Amino acid sequence: MSIKKNVYLGFLIALAFVFSYIEFLVPISVGIPGAKLGLANLVILISLYTMSYKDAFVLSLIRIVLVGFTFSNMASMLYSIAGAVLSFIVMVIAKKTNFLSITGVSVLGGIFHNVGQIIMAVWVLKTPSLVFYYLPLLIVIGCLSGTVIGVLGSIVTKRIQKVAKFY
Amino acid sequence: MKKSKRNDIILIIVILIVALVFYIGFNYYNSINTKEPVTVVKVGDEVYGTFPLDKDVVEKIELSDGSYNILEIHNGKADITEASCPDGICVNHRAISKQNETIVCLPNKVVVEIHNGQKNDVDTITN
Repeated sequence: MSIKKNVYLGFLIALAFVFSYIEFLVPISVGIPGAKLGLANLVILISLYTMSYKDAFVLSLIRIVLVGFTFSNMASMLYSIAGAVLSFIVMVIAKKTNFLSITGVSVLGGIFHNVGQIIMAVWVLKTPSLVFYYLPLLIVIGCLSGTVIGVLGSIVTKRIQKVAKFY
Repeated sequence: MKKSKRNDIILIIVILIVALVFYIGFNYYNSINTKEPVTVVKVGDEVYGTFPLDKDVVEKIELSDGSYNILEIHNGKADITEASCPDGICVNHRAISKQNETIVCLPNKVVVEIHNGQKNDVDTITN
């Protein structure tokens, strides 16, 4: 890995970390537990479009471990990992099909982030009825936040791609 | 680029429809699955019988040793109005109608429980 790539990865990790911190400081509550914008996913989305998949995945995991140890606990880290890994896999697949633009990829990512967390919650709490109670709500939430992040992401990615030519 | 933008919108619409279907389906499933509140009478470990709370009924619970309890369901409440037991605690107990309320007659080993009842609005643990 070249120094430039290394620095770029470091920048994005720091950015994701700061975004998570901002969300932790200023929670935008809409009355639904667990619903948030997911600003850090913006960074993951950008990294997906400007870096190799491997590095983007590393970024995603490092962010979760950092944020998990600083702002939350092991239990919520477990949920975060489940959500992040599933949404990352889905986003990579969605991107490779070339069927969707960056916004569509982000929407899928947002939804499957929630789906991953629910699967983990069902596994941990052993209450399958959770799926039916929560899933429709979280799909809509994921769709909304995914759209916002996607539109932002497409604007930012266009600009960053010019700078991050070393990838 | 234009085409993928259109695909995005289709994707979002499809997803919202799926969520709506899930939501309606779940609500429908819930509405057909609501159970009527019933009174369950147990003698020892065995279920003696179940009686719906919305039907007025007087049932004499007769036990093999000749002792008895009379269960009366009236106005959606279950009560024991007469019993052969010496202490009469079950007779003095007020009528029950809320979820998990019980009347116990220890000498006769008779337990009257409410299942699928309304949530009790007092003495519950709140989070």
